[in-house]
Amino acid sequence: MTADGAVPALAAEGVTLTYDREPVFESLSLAIGEGQVTTLVGANGSGKSTLLKAFGRLLAPRAGQVSLSGRRLSTMPTRQIARQLAILPQKPLTPPATTVRELVSRGRHPHQAWLRPWTGRDAAAVEAALEATGLAGLAERDASTLSGGQMQRAWIALVLAQETPLALLDEPTTFLDLAHQLEVLGLVRRVNQERGTTVLMVLHDLWLAGRFSDRLIVLAGGRVVADGTPWEVLTPATLREAFGLEAEVMPDPVTGTPLVVPAAGSGAGGPPRPGRL
Amino acid sequence: MVAAVLLAGAVGIGLGGLMVGSAPFTLQEVLGVLTGAGTPAQELVLLEFRAPRVVAGLAVGASLGLAGALTQTFARNPLATPDILGVTSGAALGAVAAICLGGGIYAVGVPLLALGLPATAAVGGLVTAALVYGLSWRHGIDSYRLILIGIGVTAALSGVTSYLIAQAKITDAQAAAQWLVGNLSGVSWASVWPVVAVLAVVAPVAAFQTRNLSAGQLGDELAVGLGVPLGRHRLIVIACAVLATAAAVSASGPVEFAAFVSPQIGLRLARSARPPLAASALVGAVLVAGADLLVRGVLPGERPVGIITAMVGAPYLIWLLTRRRGKGEEL
Repeated sequence: MTADGAVPALAAEGVTLTYDREPVFESLSLAIGEGQVTTLVGANGSGKSTLLKAFGRLLAPRAGQVSLSGRRLSTMPTRQIARQLAILPQKPLTPPATTVRELVSRGRHPHQAWLRPWTGRDAAAVEAALEATGLAGLAERDASTLSGGQMQRAWIALVLAQETPLALLDEPTTFLDLAHQLEVLGLVRRVNQERGTTVLMVLHDLWLAGRFSDRLIVLAGGRVVADGTPWEVLTPATLREAFGLEAEVMPDPVTGTPLVVPAAGSGAGGPPRPGRL
Repeated sequence: MVAAVLLAGAVGIGLGGLMVGSAPFTLQEVLGVLTGAGTPAQELVLLEFRAPRVVAGLAVGASLGLAGALTQTFARNPLATPDILGVTSGAALGAVAAICLGGGIYAVGVPLLALGLPATAAVGGLVTAALVYGLSWRHGIDSYRLILIGIGVTAALSGVTSYLIAQAKITDAQAAAQWLVGNLSGVSWASVWPVVAVLAVVAPVAAFQTRNLSAGQLGDELAVGLGVPLGRHRLIVIACAVLATAAAVSASGPVEFAAFVSPQIGLRLARSARPPLAASALVGAVLVAGADLLVRGVLPGERPVGIITAMVGAPYLIWLLTRRRGKGEEL
C-alpha cells in the first residue's frame, strides 16, 4: 500500500534476491506508483537490472514476494502477467529474415491463442505501435538492416503492441548516441503521457534520468539510498554515497531539471592539459 | 504454398517408390493394388515387401526433419541437430551392443531382429537423452549447456560404440557398420508402425508450440516477457525432438544428415524467420524416401540410404546457400 492507500501498480515486499547464493538485495520493499515514469539508477553492479528482473518475474526472489496490482506474481499464469506487464530486456535477439512489422507483431503473443489467432484488434495495435514509433515507413524493411536507433524504436514498438498498462525497460538507451538517446526517452515519455503507461526503467545517465523521470530510485550496496523526485534525489551527498562521485547539481538551462556536473579532478575526467597526453 | 508443393512431391515419391524394384509396376498397377483391384501376387509384393520400405522412408525422413527443425529453433543454432541431445549416439550404442554382444545378428533371430534391434536402439536413445537433459539441468535448461553436455556424452558413447565394433567378429562389425550409416533395406511393417505412431502423436504436439518457438527466437527474457512458459515449452520441444528421432533412428539407423539439412532447406524454400515445422518434415520425407528410391531404382547394388541422403542433400543445401548469397541471409 502506498501512502494514499491506493494499490501500487507493482510492489516488492521483503524481497531477497540472490545470484548463486550471493545476496544482491535482502528484504527489500519498494512500491511503484501507477502512471509514473520511475527510473532505477546506481553504479555498475548496484543491482538495478537484478531488481528490474525480479519485478518482471525473470528472477524469482529467494524470499518475499512481488505483486502486480495487488496480486502475487508467483500465483499468476505467465501469459496473464504478459497482458499486464511488458519487458524490454537489455539484449533482445533479432530473428533473421523478419520484417519490422513481423517483429512488432510478436508483441501480440500474449493476446493470441489457438482458437483466436490474429484479429483486426491485433493488426490495429501493431499499426498504432509502428505509427507511434515513427516506423510506419520502415514496416516492410528487414529488421536486421535497421540502424541502432531504429532498432531500439522497433523493440519499443513491440512493447507498445503488447498493449500493457505497465512496461519495464532495461537500459533502453545503451549503444545509442546522444541524439538517439533523447529520441528514445522522448518516445517513452510520450507513451507514458498519451497512453498512461506506467514505466519502470534502468538508466545510466543521471542527467537523462533526471530529465525524463517523475521519480528516481538510487541503489547502492544492496539497498535504496535515495528515493524521490529528481531534485530530491540528485544531491551532492547522494552522488558521493552512491557513485563515489564529487559533483555539483545545477538546473538544466533548457528544462530546469537537475544537471549533474562532476567536479574537476573527479575520476579520470578534467580538461586535458598542454604538454600531457 | 511451399508445403503444398512438397506434399505433392512426397506423394509422388511414395508412388514412385512403389513402382520401382526388382519387379517394376506401372502407375496404373500400383493405383489398382492400392484401391484393392490388384492380384494376390501383386498385393504381396507391393503391400508386404515394398510398401513398408516406402512408408518407412517417408516417416523416418519426416520425423528427422521435424526433430531437426525443433532443435535448431530452440537452440537458435543451425548446427544443433537432434544428435546433440544424445539420442542418436545412445541409439547407436544400443543397436551396436545388441548386434555385437547379443550373440551376433543371426543368433538374435529374424523375428527378434525386427523388434529387438529397434527396441534396444530406442531404449539407448531415450536413456541417453534423459541423461543429457538431467546433466544440463541447473535452475532450468540453458541451451549452451545442453549442447556442450550433449557433445560430451556423444563423444563418450561413440568411443564405446567404436570399441564394441573393434573387438567384434567381422560379420558383426560389418552388420553394425551397415546399421550405423542408415539403412532401410531390412524394414518390415513391425518396425514401421512405431515410427508412424510416434510421428502422429509428436507432430500435432509440436505444432502447438509454433507460436512459442517464434517468441523464443527473441531471446529467453523477451520470450518470458511475452508470456511463454519457458520451462514447459522447452521440455515439450525437447521431448518431441527426442521421441521423433529415437523412433526414426530405431527403424532405419542414423540417417543423420537428414535432420540437419531438411530444416535448412525448408527455411530457404519458405524464406521464413525460422525452420518451418511442416515444410522441414516434408523436405525430410522427400529427401529420405527419394534417396531410397535412387538406391533401389537407379544405382547398381544396394547402397545404404544414409550415404545417398548426405550425397544429395549436402550439395543441394550448398547450392541454395551460394545462390542467395549477397542478400543478407544468415544461416
